[in-house]
Amino acid sequence: MAKKNKNWLRLRWVLVLFLTFLASLSLLLFYLVQGKNIALLHPRGYIAHQQYSLMLFVVAILLIIGIPALVTLYIVAWRYRESNPKTVMSEHKASKSLVATIWIVPTFFMIVISVVMWPATHKLAPQKSIASENKPLTIQVISLRWKWLFLYPEQGIATVNFIQLPINTPVEFEMTADEVPMSSFWIPNLGGQLYTMTSHVNRLNLMANTIGDYPGSTPEINGAGFTGMKFTARVSSDADFNQWVKKTSQSQNILDQNSYKELLKPSEANPVVLYSDFDGTLYDSVIMKYAGSAEGHSGH
Amino acid sequence: MKELLVGKLTWESLPHQWWTIAGTLSFVLLGVAVAVVLTYTKRWKWLWNDWLTSVDPKKIGIMYFIAGFGMLLRGGLDVLMMWLQQALSSGNSHGFLTAEHYQEIFTAHGNIMVFFVAMAFIFGLINYIVPLQIGARDLASPLMNTLGFWLFIGGIVMVNMFFVFGGEYAATGWLAVAPLSGKEFSPGAGVDYWVWSLMISGVGTTLGAINFIMTILKMRAPGMKLLKMPLFTWGSLCSMMMAVTVFPLLTATLFLVYFDRALGTHFFTTTGGGDPMMYTNLIWMWGHPEVYVLILPAFGVFSEVVSTFSRKPIASYKSAVVGMIGVSVLALSVWLHHFFTMGAGANVNAFFGLMTTIIAVPTSVLVFNWIATMYKGKIRFETPMLWFLGFVAIFAIGGISGVMLAIPPVDFQLHNSLFLVAHFHSTVIGGVLFGVFCAYSYWFPKFTGFRLNERIGRAAFWFWIAGFCLSFIPMYILGLMGASRRLDHYDASTGWQPLFILMFIGGLVIAVGVALQVAQILASFIEKKRLLDTTNGDPWNGRTLEWSTQSPPAFYNFTVIPHVSSVDAFWSMKKHGLKKPVYEDIHMPKNTAVGIYISLFATFASFAFVWDIVWLIVASIIAIIVTFVIRGFNEDSEYTLPAQKIQQLEEARAHKNSAHHTAINNDPHHDMSTWELVAYLYKFAIDFVKNKKWRRI
Repeated sequence: MAKKNKNWLRLRWVLVLFLTFLASLSLLLFYLVQGKNIALLHPRGYIAHQQYSLMLFVVAILLIIGIPALVTLYIVAWRYRESNPKTVMSEHKASKSLVATIWIVPTFFMIVISVVMWPATHKLAPQKSIASENKPLTIQVISLRWKWLFLYPEQGIATVNFIQLPINTPVEFEMTADEVPMSSFWIPNLGGQLYTMTSHVNRLNLMANTIGDYPGSTPEINGAGFTGMKFTARVSSDADFNQWVKKTSQSQNILDQNSYKELLKPSEANPVVLYSDFDGTLYDSVIMKYAGSAEGHSGH
Repeated sequence: MKELLVGKLTWESLPHQWWTIAGTLSFVLLGVAVAVVLTYTKRWKWLWNDWLTSVDPKKIGIMYFIAGFGMLLRGGLDVLMMWLQQALSSGNSHGFLTAEHYQEIFTAHGNIMVFFVAMAFIFGLINYIVPLQIGARDLASPLMNTLGFWLFIGGIVMVNMFFVFGGEYAATGWLAVAPLSGKEFSPGAGVDYWVWSLMISGVGTTLGAINFIMTILKMRAPGMKLLKMPLFTWGSLCSMMMAVTVFPLLTATLFLVYFDRALGTHFFTTTGGGDPMMYTNLIWMWGHPEVYVLILPAFGVFSEVVSTFSRKPIASYKSAVVGMIGVSVLALSVWLHHFFTMGAGANVNAFFGLMTTIIAVPTSVLVFNWIATMYKGKIRFETPMLWFLGFVAIFAIGGISGVMLAIPPVDFQLHNSLFLVAHFHSTVIGGVLFGVFCAYSYWFPKFTGFRLNERIGRAAFWFWIAGFCLSFIPMYILGLMGASRRLDHYDASTGWQPLFILMFIGGLVIAVGVALQVAQILASFIEKKRLLDTTNGDPWNGRTLEWSTQSPPAFYNFTVIPHVSSVDAFWSMKKHGLKKPVYEDIHMPKNTAVGIYISLFATFASFAFVWDIVWLIVASIIAIIVTFVIRGFNEDSEYTLPAQKIQQLEEARAHKNSAHHTAINNDPHHDMSTWELVAYLYKFAIDFVKNKKWRRI
């Protein structure tokens, strides 16, 4: 018996050591991320904000059930340890009410989450346009190997690996892809991601509400150059945005069939390019390129 | 002419990069070392007759374990390389791996850990334990079992073959997403290796699963109704049912990928009317249930361990059974949550989000059931229980992050990020791997007849837990910072580097944990006389039938098939007193090498498919058919063990055991510590060299 108690003493020390380790790890992590962009906890857009609050709600509900469950488990394990003199063995079987409880408790919490989840999924569907007093902006997105091409049809300009957005303005991204495997368009500070695919148009609606530069990327792997397929989303005031459009439309570069062919060639970590004009049929032709091949193929 | 002979193979296919040369060399050295040891100790015949051709599920189970552990080291090396790359590759530094090489490594890591580590351990456990738990001497089809095992080994060979021929593995992520895995974007042989490795091991899994379902349904001891089966057997049954449902789907999908790549069809291509989204659906219809195939037997293990170590029956047996069945049914209807972000409508996403949330209910019920089981018990804290207590904490984190990912709008942000990676590692390491560690420290005395070194085992546990926290807590945070998965480089301005460095350090700590597990086994073998199980095969005061047998069990498992009257069959037998056995003749299957031959030909065929060597494809397939036909005509596949012989065997064993029953100090406090082990090995090595013992081998 004496030996067993000694054993427990040792386990206590290991536990203390482990908890100290966890505490210092948390402190260290807290120190390391200070002042950094924790994109998901620092939402800078209308959609990102709502996704963030939804996430906090879900985590809160889960912790309300999870923490007491874990604490109970460890307390029960400790209280009924063999070396505890108070422990008396009993061939106790669970009562019906206990069985009912272990089913009802998680069911209740999951119902709460589901009831919130269903409408939220509809409200935050990416294809749903955002209501606002400001006139929405459309940006057409084509993912290429391995860079992002953005077309501003109303402004008549185009960019590679860079977008500028006016603040508090709904933006609809019409996204497709050309000669690149499935990619994903993600600006974590502004809102969740959506895949881009050839022959498909996926619509993603976002609205920024804080001025700043935000990183964008493809989190979906699409080949060797996938890591470098990054872009910057610059959110600016309306005036700055208009000025940028004006400046861009004076660029020497024009996106015609030839320069698009150049873009289609695989390249990694592409620099930013601004085009003052682009071929108006380009976006539709990229989509038709794949639709056509399907029909063409069935005729073989 | 050359093409006819060797297909697409060229001189450039032979090893020339540093990693392929290193890989090939280590295979050769390993092979030579094994061959030398076997030759010197004259054990070739022993290896072939007693192990490789064995149809004994216990031996096959142990071989699964050994293969799985080897692959764990191989997959672990991949992780360390990946994390070192990420720790280094920030800003101007690009680390030591190229992007393609890095992508191949994480693809191989995923495939190896899921198919050849987790699956190997789970199949090993089911092989060893299920027949013992249901009171069977054997499986429904012993041949199918060895064939399944050897096809799995064929899969291992194929997943490593690229080191020797070709030099590249798939760089597509572990599920080889389309259209990236198509010929257009991945022209090399890497994806073909992926296809054929999973193809043959997948067929092996299907065969194994059918076999275990038949065994569990048809070969239970008299009196063991379905609702009297031990919970590990229930978990295995649910798991195998799911495997049978989804693995044929994987095989079919792999064929379509192969057709696209080799024959130019357009199932999943971007052009020609192909539909990559179809691939995403098909692969996840298999892929999601697959993770539950792994976790359900682990749930069964925890149920057994908690009940045994609390010395109580499980609090609500029926809840546990319903929970496991519920998980396995629901698991078939949640696959779309892996790609909410592909652009489905809100109703579709919400439906799959709902199904995923529902699956959290039976899972929580299982956890609560374990708490209720411990309540008013008398709990011992040997290593199996430690693994359980560690599992609950990590699995809770994995569960919470899992439900977060199940909410579509939240998933849009977390999907494909390191948060997701941290989530599924929490469930797979916390659930499956800890489950396996728990299981093997629990059943080790059954496997060998002596218990494990407790001291080093505990140290291994704490290193694993600490390393896990050090690696995966930063990984969750990186995900929240917007770091996506699979990055081989990132900007210095992101501030991610210190966290990646922490992850790498955590990986090293886990490696120490793994090393300690090896040390634990070594130390246990060194001290095996002192650690001898003197309880006649029942060291934990067990509740289920496997503890009623000797340790290790005789090759026929049970001298007399037990009659079962309650869930904890052995527990009630012990209460009511054991009967004196009446011996009867036993029919046992003969060992067979057919599984090895067929798998060998299947591996040849796979290799030939990868490199388009037509003659070899044809020859191998004909060889497989011929082997089957020959086996079909072989009616001499069983033999009878007469009652008299069994009596002799049993008496000899009893005699041998009674000799050991005296004066054995079984106190865990006297177990060898890690330092003592190191000192012992050092002394042993010095002694070995000085006294020229190596001459006497």
